[in-house]
Amino acid sequence: MKYGILINEGPFTHQASDTAYHFTKAAIEKGHRVMRVFFYHDGVYNANALSEPQSDDRNIVKLWGDLAKEHKIDLVVCVAAGLRRGIKDQVLAEGFRISGLGQLTEIGMAADRLITFGD
Amino acid sequence: MSEEIQTEYETEGVEKKFMFLNRKAPYGTIYALEMLETVLISAAFDQDVTLVFMDDGVYQLKKGCDTKAVNMKNFSATYKALGDYDISRLFVEKESMDARGLTIDDLVEVIFEDEDDDWAEKPAVHVKSRDEIARLMEEQDVIISA
Repeated sequence: MKYGILINEGPFTHQASDTAYHFTKAAIEKGHRVMRVFFYHDGVYNANALSEPQSDDRNIVKLWGDLAKEHKIDLVVCVAAGLRRGIKDQVLAEGFRISGLGQLTEIGMAADRLITFGD
Repeated sequence: MSEEIQTEYETEGVEKKFMFLNRKAPYGTIYALEMLETVLISAAFDQDVTLVFMDDGVYQLKKGCDTKAVNMKNFSATYKALGDYDISRLFVEKESMDARGLTIDDLVEVIFEDEDDDWAEKPAVHVKSRDEIARLMEEQDVIISA
């Protein structure tokens, strides 16, 4: 199965990004393909390179970046949602790219399933 | 296999049923405004778009929203323009309206031109029961909710 993932909440305040991460990892381990993870609404904060959680907690931004690197996953941050929240190239974490909302529609069209993780 | 991350996919000629499920009030959170942006993009990609309004999302279509006092951009007029983007289905859940004391007269009018009926102007907003909306969900390829 080819999946697209939509994340609508930022890290830590909500579990959405964690759950999406675990889903993505599990899906890949089961042999499925995750074509793209799209970060929208406050979800764009998952790409903030300045995020620095306490050392005994998970680092969600880094977890996504590492997973994307390992499995060649396209992590896309919405440009419009990012701009109004200050998520721009200057603070973009490794493994993410910024692009337009069309990338969300495109993955809805191309994937077998688009799964939303939000509040 | 290429070691590059694939960032483009072939979607030429693909037309899917996209449902946008709006469950939150128009102001107070940003979900409704940003969802509208997604709706407009999907319509621009010539997808088969349906909007559903349920829970506090029914307030998104409420007439006469005035945002001056909260100093927020008033985007309510965008809903009225959806017909111009060939969006012909805005379904409002009856149970959510009843629970909030709303009737269809409280909602903005959205008009679209029906290309299958000599471009006759028709209303796009319809009240549907929870069961009808559940059936519609079954028919969709993609459901995006916020």
